[in-house]
Amino acid sequence: MQALYAQLLVGLINGSFYALLSLGLAVIFGMLNIINFAHGALYMMGAFVAYFLLNLGGINYWWALLIAPVVVGVFGMILERTMLQWLAGLDHLYGLLLTFGIALIVQGVFQNYFGSSGLPYSIPDQLKGGVNLGFMFLPVYRGWVVIFSLVVCLATWFLIEKTQLGAYLRAATENPTLVRAFGINVPRMITLTYGLGVGLAALAGVLSAPINQVRPLMGADLIIVVFAVVVIGGMGSIMGSIITGFALGVIEGLTKYFYPEASNTVVFVLMVVVLLVKPTGLTGRAA
Amino acid sequence: MRNKISALLFGTAMALSVASIASADDKVVKIGVLSDQSGLYADLAGPGSTLAAQMAIEDSGLKAKGWTIDLISGDHQNKPDIGTTIARQWFDVDKVDTIVDVPNSGVALAVNNVVKEKNGVYINSGAATSDLTNAQCTPNTVHWTYDTYMLAHATGQALVKAGGDTWFFLTADYAFGAALERDTTAVVTANGGKVVGGVKHPLNTADFSSFLLQAQASKAKIIGLANAGGDTTNSIKQAAEFGIVKGGQKLAALLLFLTDVKAIGLETAQGLNFTETFYWDLNDNTRAFSKRFSEKMKSGAPPTMVQAGVYAGLLHYFKALDALGGNPHDGAKVVAKMKTIPTDDPLFGKGEVEANGRVTHDAYLFEVKKPSESKGPWDFYKLVGTVPGNQAFTPLDKSTCALLKK
Amino acid sequence: MSALTDDTLPMTPRAMRDEMIVFAVMAALLAAVPFTGIYPFFVMQALCFALLACAFNLLIGYGGLLSFGHAMFLGTAGYCTAHALKVWALPPELGIIVGVAAAALLGLVTGYISIKRQGIYFSMITLALSQLLYFLYLQAPFTHGEDGIQGIPQGHLFGIFDLSKPLVLYYVVLVGFLAGFLLIYRTINSPFGEVLKSIRENEPRAISLGYKTDQYKMLAYVLSGTLAGFAGSLKVFVAQNASLTDVHWSMSGEIVLMTLVGGLGTIFGPVVGAFVIIAMQQYLAGFGQWVTVIQGVIFVSCVLLFRRGLVGELAHLLRRSL
Repeated sequence: MQALYAQLLVGLINGSFYALLSLGLAVIFGMLNIINFAHGALYMMGAFVAYFLLNLGGINYWWALLIAPVVVGVFGMILERTMLQWLAGLDHLYGLLLTFGIALIVQGVFQNYFGSSGLPYSIPDQLKGGVNLGFMFLPVYRGWVVIFSLVVCLATWFLIEKTQLGAYLRAATENPTLVRAFGINVPRMITLTYGLGVGLAALAGVLSAPINQVRPLMGADLIIVVFAVVVIGGMGSIMGSIITGFALGVIEGLTKYFYPEASNTVVFVLMVVVLLVKPTGLTGRAA
Repeated sequence: MRNKISALLFGTAMALSVASIASADDKVVKIGVLSDQSGLYADLAGPGSTLAAQMAIEDSGLKAKGWTIDLISGDHQNKPDIGTTIARQWFDVDKVDTIVDVPNSGVALAVNNVVKEKNGVYINSGAATSDLTNAQCTPNTVHWTYDTYMLAHATGQALVKAGGDTWFFLTADYAFGAALERDTTAVVTANGGKVVGGVKHPLNTADFSSFLLQAQASKAKIIGLANAGGDTTNSIKQAAEFGIVKGGQKLAALLLFLTDVKAIGLETAQGLNFTETFYWDLNDNTRAFSKRFSEKMKSGAPPTMVQAGVYAGLLHYFKALDALGGNPHDGAKVVAKMKTIPTDDPLFGKGEVEANGRVTHDAYLFEVKKPSESKGPWDFYKLVGTVPGNQAFTPLDKSTCALLKK
Repeated sequence: MSALTDDTLPMTPRAMRDEMIVFAVMAALLAAVPFTGIYPFFVMQALCFALLACAFNLLIGYGGLLSFGHAMFLGTAGYCTAHALKVWALPPELGIIVGVAAAALLGLVTGYISIKRQGIYFSMITLALSQLLYFLYLQAPFTHGEDGIQGIPQGHLFGIFDLSKPLVLYYVVLVGFLAGFLLIYRTINSPFGEVLKSIRENEPRAISLGYKTDQYKMLAYVLSGTLAGFAGSLKVFVAQNASLTDVHWSMSGEIVLMTLVGGLGTIFGPVVGAFVIIAMQQYLAGFGQWVTVIQGVIFVSCVLLFRRGLVGELAHLLRRSL
């Protein structure tokens, strides 16, 4: 039973990465109607920026949490301005193909310069060590990841659902022409939204840098799992993607305990089951 | 069309007759380094293997004896299809005689079949699969450097002897991981140790915390990592986070390379045990070679054991060519010659090429140094134990190679 | 939502004749390959991928469905054929049937799950399904994990044709490719194909006209998967191995790339695209590490600049459908 609690908690930690990533995807999809295949590559860039900040600039983890999402966010906005915006009005599939190409380029370039075995990034001193919870040894850093990502997710939800800016965003998603008529610069808003979604991916990357090796392909397989998460939860609501993300992390954690061989496939199996029962996903609207 | 065919036939006949005339003192040989230039294995083989091959050609002294040795290299991109197509093309079009390196077991086995079909020479250094000298052995293949049996055997034996008698396995859930776990378990129990548990994790797992918690709870003295690449580095990194090594348990990586240790960093990797057959800082010979090697490497890195194996394997091949005196194009004949000469080179020391193609040489158990003990950018290991070559690899009576059943 | 392709040109007898001429030229050129200096193994491999891309194109170009998991058909058929030949020691023709049947079955199962969702959801679901299969194959004992199934015997097709002879194998692969190609061509120009195109252009209208669009899409999906499986089975004889790379998502990406480069929804585009991409992999191998980047750049520039693909742009210039 003790071990079960431990697995639940560990699952929640993984869930926070899924939540951050699927949240970013949902935000971008809401505004741009693009499934951002480059999300995994941008997540990886976030981790690399943290690495460079530390090793070239001596800038620590805490600043990296702030700077990396901004740097990657700006990079994302440049992508949006120079490429993605030309796809407006075309079939959605072109967005998927374009971002897939971008992902290949980004990952390829990083692989060329940094090899594939990856680079080390250690846990910041303040978060080293662990707490004995009785049922498990919880590294402080893991606890921090859960709390921090929960806060970020809720803040994003609040920003979009409860603020004036969020209201414009949602309105522009529904009816861009009308919002433009109110004198709001819709293209700029789209750019900023893309930057925000990408920034969330980069933030997840920084959070994962001390846990996982900083590797060029660290996001390549993860993105497919996140896609499944998104399919399960549907793209309907911001809250939906947050909850699905955490929930799937927990389910995956339980699988690792009861039947570890299936822990990589459980998300996909779950996706199949959900699709058979409810083809639109749990909270989704039709595409 | 008919004209074309007859022209073709005539051309072939000409080529054949020219070849048979030239064979008396044919001293032209072409070597292809087939490696992963960009993917997972590029750091531990890749361009470094090509460099090692060039150095072997220079150091062989065969040029002075009238030989012409050409070298080409290719990138198999970790795809068996591409690997076999390049290999076929090298044999058919580019007239390559010998293929070396070939990391990635899947590609290595695929190329193995092509080399046999084309009667070339295959000196593998990069692949882990022990099938190359067992079920899928060929008269054309020599397997240098390491294999899964050796890794499991050497690491298991040395650690149990040092008191690590209870084991827990983290095993990657596919053929490679299962083979490592099976072989290690056999050695551990044969030496009086006990395996108290294990967990199979899927390949390319990002998060190992669940599995590490189970390993921690098992109270085993040794946690054996029967996985590779990113899975190994991630599990080591997260084991440090969960305080596993500080809690008194030891990690034994069953497959780890110098470049992996570099990637993890000493801070995290310290205290880790694993087996390699070559380390740049072993003795004067290895240091001298590594100095020359790293001066020519773009990154300044010393050679890994795979790159060292390419060098040593080719040196031995050149010795066989020298002994044959010419006509190097009958692969099986050259490999048969390689098997009659005992191996002796500055990097791996003395050993032999066994009848199944397996090269035996000493294997070393290393422990990763503490950051405070490390004196240079690549000063990572201290030697803990040596397993002699004749004990490290599959005993011939256990090898399932068909060549042995004559 | 605008259409993916713009071949709305009506199918006139003249266009039909043009296409048959191009087809005849293509078949003749391919038949002559062994008598030129071109390396036949390269062409055989390209032919397998060309058939694969054509099968994929049937779904995207004419059904409007972007499958990002087509590698699963290639790999499944490959593994099944390889297993049938090597372990069960079946003759080649039965081995191919086993592989193709497996792919068809997989098409039925995955189609049932995915076909109800449209657009990008469909892409993401097929991608996730293929990743699921990837993990299954990685763990299943019969695939031998990372080692793959190796040294597959080629055998005698129908007991007559010795497939271990490169020239015989070449013509068998060529005949297989041409047969698959003609089947796809026939499908596209059948009433069934017309309905598919109408679904792609405007699904609600097709529904209102009384077509059960899901059934049409399902049939197209299964057919496409089965033909992709046929390509996978053929490839086993060429490569003599079956490995995980054929089920990995990056292979699915390559299939999309081939079709995109050649031209989505063009008849000959996927063939051209497959040859271009396979040639790139073989002959740019010298560039080593840059191959992925180059592929990415091609993806991006195709989407931004040459949305019609090589053949599509040519057809547009000539005002013909190709």
